Amino acid sequence: MTILLALVAAILFGCGSWLLMQRRLTRIIVGIGLLGHGANLLLITSGRSGRAPIIDGGGGYADPLPQALALTAVVITFGVTAFLLALGFRSWQLTQDDRVEDDVEDRIIAARREREAPSGDVDDDPENTFGPDDEPAENPT
Amino acid sequence: MIVTLLLLHLVVGAAIIGAGDRLGRRAFAVAAVVPIVVLLALAARMGDVLDGRPVVQDIEWIPQLGLELGFRLDALAATMVLLVSGIGVLVCVYALGYFSHPKPATARLAGLLTLFAGAMVGLVVSDHLVSLFVFWELTSVTSYLLIGNDDRNPRARDAALSAILITGAGGLSMLAGLIMIGQSAGTYRLSELVVADLGGTQVAVGAVLVLVGAFTKSAQLPFAGWLPGAMVAPTPISTYLHAATMVKAGVYLVARLSPALADVGVWRPLILVVSSITMLVGGWRAMRQFDLKLLLAYGTVSQLGFMILVFGMGSYELAQAGIVLLLAHGAFKAALFMVVGIVDHQAGTRDIRLLRGWGPGWRPVTVIAVVAAASMAGLPPLVGFIAKEKVLDGGLHGEFAGAGLLVTVVVVGSILTFAYSARFVLGVIGITGRAITARGEAPDDTEVDSTAAVAPTFGFLAPAVVLAVLTIVMGVAPVTIDELVRTATVALDPSASPKTVKLWAGFNTALLLSAVVIAAGAVLVVFRRRVADGQRRFRTWIEAVPDADTVFIGTVRGVTTFAKRTTRIVQNGSLPIYLMVVLGVAALAPLVPALGELGGLDLPDVNGRWAHVPIAIVIVMAAGGATVARSRLAAALMLGAVGFAMAVLYVVEGAPDLALTQFAIETLATVLFVLVLRFLPSRIDELTVAIIAPIRLAVSIAVGGAVFVLALVATSARSDVAAPQISDEMLERSVPDAKGSNVVNVILVDFRGLDTLGEITVLLVAGLGVVALARVARRRRSDPAHELLERLPLVDLFSRLLFGSIVVLAAYFLFAGHNQPGGGFVAGLTAGAAISLRYVAGGATAVRRSVPLQPWTVLGGGLAIAAGTALVPLLTGGSILEHAAWEADLPVLGTVKTTSALPFDIGVFLVVVGLVLMAYEAFGDEGSIIEEAGAT
Repeated sequence: MTILLALVAAILFGCGSWLLMQRRLTRIIVGIGLLGHGANLLLITSGRSGRAPIIDGGGGYADPLPQALALTAVVITFGVTAFLLALGFRSWQLTQDDRVEDDVEDRIIAARREREAPSGDVDDDPENTFGPDDEPAENPT
Repeated sequence: MIVTLLLLHLVVGAAIIGAGDRLGRRAFAVAAVVPIVVLLALAARMGDVLDGRPVVQDIEWIPQLGLELGFRLDALAATMVLLVSGIGVLVCVYALGYFSHPKPATARLAGLLTLFAGAMVGLVVSDHLVSLFVFWELTSVTSYLLIGNDDRNPRARDAALSAILITGAGGLSMLAGLIMIGQSAGTYRLSELVVADLGGTQVAVGAVLVLVGAFTKSAQLPFAGWLPGAMVAPTPISTYLHAATMVKAGVYLVARLSPALADVGVWRPLILVVSSITMLVGGWRAMRQFDLKLLLAYGTVSQLGFMILVFGMGSYELAQAGIVLLLAHGAFKAALFMVVGIVDHQAGTRDIRLLRGWGPGWRPVTVIAVVAAASMAGLPPLVGFIAKEKVLDGGLHGEFAGAGLLVTVVVVGSILTFAYSARFVLGVIGITGRAITARGEAPDDTEVDSTAAVAPTFGFLAPAVVLAVLTIVMGVAPVTIDELVRTATVALDPSASPKTVKLWAGFNTALLLSAVVIAAGAVLVVFRRRVADGQRRFRTWIEAVPDADTVFIGTVRGVTTFAKRTTRIVQNGSLPIYLMVVLGVAALAPLVPALGELGGLDLPDVNGRWAHVPIAIVIVMAAGGATVARSRLAAALMLGAVGFAMAVLYVVEGAPDLALTQFAIETLATVLFVLVLRFLPSRIDELTVAIIAPIRLAVSIAVGGAVFVLALVATSARSDVAAPQISDEMLERSVPDAKGSNVVNVILVDFRGLDTLGEITVLLVAGLGVVALARVARRRRSDPAHELLERLPLVDLFSRLLFGSIVVLAAYFLFAGHNQPGGGFVAGLTAGAAISLRYVAGGATAVRRSVPLQPWTVLGGGLAIAAGTALVPLLTGGSILEHAAWEADLPVLGTVKTTSALPFDIGVFLVVVGLVLMAYEAFGDEGSIIEEAGAT
């Protein structure tokens, strides 16, 4: 590891993070790709460099283990990219957009918690319960 | 023997629960068998135990962690077992009468009761602190289920929840304390701890944590609130758990540990303060109750304080008194609870304002109530008197700080005890009820008429009779318990030399104090109305003592409010914000300690090889371009450029396999991007809210900075730690062990083959996901409006030619990969490139024609081959992925060597090819040669 390569890895991670935190799925996919490259760079530079680790009787081989790990990571990243592209494709088919919307379920949960706040509370009435009631919800939808 | 008995509880308890309501109240008859067996077994070994030879049984649990289930039945444990199982039998008999008209789920109570009894026996015979903790928590859990058995009653549910939260939290604190003590002492054995020389901060802190556990379990203030709440349980359950046995677990633990810990840290002062307050406040509150059961519950709180106080001082004389007290309390409190249950069952109320005397046949009930209450009040010649005498005597002779305070508290507490015992008796026999009715202060409940209540049957009454008789016998003839008590005292504290238990110990200060107690108590009883008025006036003062109810409800309310607010803020549904939080934490958490390391760091060289410089420039520029690109395709191509630059870097760093893989992947990925992105608009319009952008920038910079610092720190860490040189070992053993000279490939298919198997499984799942997502949208393939790729004859020709040669190259990579650069991944990706060529020429149709198998067949077949290769050695008695090599002389090819890694690698190859095929199946367009393709 040299300072130069550490800097390159840092830039890959920084750019990848920036893209990951976007709303466009395309940018998220590119971001994941950059993060993957950054991680592989860290992996490969953590071992010593040298001659290709193919045993021929000589010495000075490069560290084979990070290479094997990085190879695995490369292929997995490909699988993830393909899957995310399929997600983007599907999103396009459904909404003509690749925008990552807010999770509707989360929004609903937050809204419902707020509405049900009084019944979840404990008060001094001994007939009241601490836990969720076993009575049906107010509006069974 | 011990384990067998514990298992018996488990089996019978589970069987009763399994049988359900078919057994009805007969379930209690079945349940009674278990404690009877325990008592018989105990009787068989009692001789040994009393001779000081404990029954020991150890079972290995997790030997690597030094965990074992260590059991040891010494005289104190035997005393406790006697209480648990003896009262267990009586409670089962009593329950037969109490549940004369069983409701649904009554039988389940019997099963749970049996399970609880097993946990309780396990607790008292545990010698290992961890097994003690396990049984401790099991009693909490079974207690929860027993209190909440009537699960349609919200009060029962609340009481059960409150009980398990308070005792459970205490249990966790206790676990931490036990581990601190055990680690510090070097032993987790109670029997060894008692004789160990303990001290130091860790033990002192651990002791406090253990005490918190004991205080919650034994309902000491401020954790006492759950016990009165638990009175919502049926009376037999309250009798057993919340009077006679479970609540004594805390007392028992304090008793066991006090000889070793009494002088460590704040053990003794803490107990003096907490248990004194508990004894006094409990007694005070008991005097104010109208509900007989609540009166007894607060009385129990008070008595538990009394017992912890007595055992917690570390004096063997007091401990001996405490053991007598344990027996006495077990007998009289159980009898009193049974009386309350009988009253409640027969008269339909247990409110002393409504009990106005009894009809014929009730005399035995009142006699039992009087005898048991007299023992509680400490009147001679009952066993409660002996216990209190011995406590006072031990306190007066005590040589520890606070002995005077203890005696004072016991005297005042006993006066209160006398008063509430009298209140109980006056209430049961109806004097209080008649007086209140005469004053017109009784609640308007004319339905209840105790004088018309039917007297209980003999069977219903018998268990209480037994306990009352025992109370008298143990008092009049203490010789019956003398040997047991003395041996138990020695078991508790091996340095003890206990005196004989006697009813009449001569004229001494203790006797004088007893007389004072009785006289003062009698005054309180005579002037009970004025006392009640006074109590009402002091109510605000005494109730300022925080009660666990208040704390509990406040905590629950606070937690739910906090959770609601947090949820509203944290779970806002925005993926970018979630990721910001995750990335921000991931960057900052390791960055802070890493920055501390930077000072003494040997910084690595700025640059190693000059070849790195142009590569770094390309990577940085391409990454920057991908980040700011406003065009989708440009961003994807920039990402591809980063990938190719990385591949060059791999070549420079001596990683040909990796470089090959990266080249092939980057090609395929770029094609995939193009296939998908062509559907989307070319420009990316900005969606981010203005306020988010600076935060995002800050988080990104933090992540980059953290990676930079960590990379430097990690690099230097690796050089100054003598890490096992696993890589060198792999280089050395690759050829002799795995018969392959390409070490990277050997690692993938042999040394770490299981990882690879997992990885190709992930690929398979990803491939299935891709097709599943994309095909639903592309179902209408035969849509005539669908655009078909135009066929280009020249491209078609060349692609066919190239396809063959590239496939040959892929085959070479596959078969040579073990010794030369290549391997399954590289070969699969190369073949994928060939397939891409076919796609360019003829669309998905051409791809299908080139590879006659269905993509999922290739994918699944590959995984099956790889997994099969991994499993074959199991058939011959080897282990998974075990290596095998063959050598054969073939006529044309000469000597051929092959290894079991080859079929594994073929499996990897097929999975990768299958993934590529899946991608084209999912995203690709049909070619113009569709008319030849026929049905697919």
